[in-house]
Amino acid sequence: MAAEPNSLLLLLSALLVNNFVLAQFLGLCPFMGVTARRDTATAMAFATTFVLTLSAGLSYLLYHGLLVPFGLGYLNIIVFIVAIAGVVQFTELYLRHASPLLHQVLGIYLPLITTNCAVLAVALLAVQQELSLWQTLVFAAGAALGFVLVMIMFAALRERLSAQVPRAFQGAPIALISAGIMALGFMGFAGIDT
Amino acid sequence: MPGANPTDLATATLPPKARSAHLLWWVNLALLPGIAVMVFTLGTAYLWQLAIAGALAVSIESACLLARGQSVRLALDGSAVVTALLIGISLPPGVSLWVLSLAVLGGVGLAKQLFGGLGHNLFNPAMVGYALVLVSFPAELAVWPADAITGATPLDIISHRQSQTFTEAVSSEQFGNWGGLPWQWINLAFLAGGCVLLVLRLARWRVVAGVLLALGAAAALTYDAGSSLSNGSPLYHWFTGATMLTAFFVATDPVTHPQSTRGQWLFGALVGLLIFVIRAYGSYPDGAAFAVLLANAAAPSLDHWTLTKTKDEPEAEDKHEDVA
Repeated sequence: MAAEPNSLLLLLSALLVNNFVLAQFLGLCPFMGVTARRDTATAMAFATTFVLTLSAGLSYLLYHGLLVPFGLGYLNIIVFIVAIAGVVQFTELYLRHASPLLHQVLGIYLPLITTNCAVLAVALLAVQQELSLWQTLVFAAGAALGFVLVMIMFAALRERLSAQVPRAFQGAPIALISAGIMALGFMGFAGIDT
Repeated sequence: MPGANPTDLATATLPPKARSAHLLWWVNLALLPGIAVMVFTLGTAYLWQLAIAGALAVSIESACLLARGQSVRLALDGSAVVTALLIGISLPPGVSLWVLSLAVLGGVGLAKQLFGGLGHNLFNPAMVGYALVLVSFPAELAVWPADAITGATPLDIISHRQSQTFTEAVSSEQFGNWGGLPWQWINLAFLAGGCVLLVLRLARWRVVAGVLLALGAAAALTYDAGSSLSNGSPLYHWFTGATMLTAFFVATDPVTHPQSTRGQWLFGALVGLLIFVIRAYGSYPDGAAFAVLLANAAAPSLDHWTLTKTKDEPEAEDKHEDVA
């Protein structure tokens, strides 16, 4: 592997090849929880995109500006969690005043993002892979867009599930099987990021 | 419509003729020219493989139908055999029996019966079964008969030719003219069989045209007259690997492609584009199975998107670029 992955490959890698939901199995709670309807899935996906990119940038600044100079790198998980919770709260406060309509649409999904493990994972992986600030933002954007893509596809797919599914498999089981087959398809992207 | 009952939607999607069961057997018949060429060029091991796959598929389907309290006669509606033949064709001749069985079980059992049987599957059963064993046992599936083309398919050769230029690789003796021997003849035969499907209206021509046009366009745009970095000409991509089989027999499964006419164009284009992207830039030599699964997963979204778009604005052309 080259030491400096170029931005496009980094984006494609996070978006398709190492898709956070389908290849790394992160963020499965919203993936299974709010995809029963398309409008909620879309709202959740875009709220997450916003928070994810912002918190990844903030985590980078905190890590390299505060933790590393003081030799406190081992505190990164705790600090990142606080940063994510902070970003979510500020986003909510800002939205409530700036755009009440959007705030109403996103509603309860905003606070739920705090517990989305994909958001924390992006911040931690960016540190682990020693990405620069720009690369961190590209990586986060790729992860977020990949999340939006599979959330919207999966929500539409779930609406098509037939009532003829054997009773033991209705609901979550057949949804998980569908997600598995989707992940199988995404495995075909292996290698396009090199 | 977004609010339509999914069950009605699924059954309504079968073209009127395909609903009468025996017409599904026409699909099997249309596969025969291609199968004949494959048996002729790659050896009679194919016949055994296809027979075993067919028998397995019908048994698994019968067992599932019995367990669900439905008529076992449905297992002979021809659809299980289509799935079995597609899986048998995709796997290299003489593949281990357990790999073949797993693929058929994954196709008929997992991708079709668990979703509610014929007309309710969200993904193409044959491609689910094939992709399942392809990612699980890549070594088993990479072995093609030595006398046919020295152990590698043309796509393998192009994918792994070191510094050879595309023209050099193509003009080497083991290669044919367009898609590599014997693949160009196999693809021509599937093209001929596929035309029967189009004439009988068992396959939507928009899907087929979308696949071939997008694949050809993507190949033409990146073709640089055969240097060592070239990804191959449109002609090569049309007549190699599983192109014709996918375009005519797999992507056209009426249940798993969109229902709106524009959705069908986009679906076909998505399949063609993904085949090219995976062939040219991915690590798998042929991407047809993955391309179809990904497009299947996108089909409901395409339907929603085109059905709602049709009412307000007729713009729908920028979608192609997003995926590349």
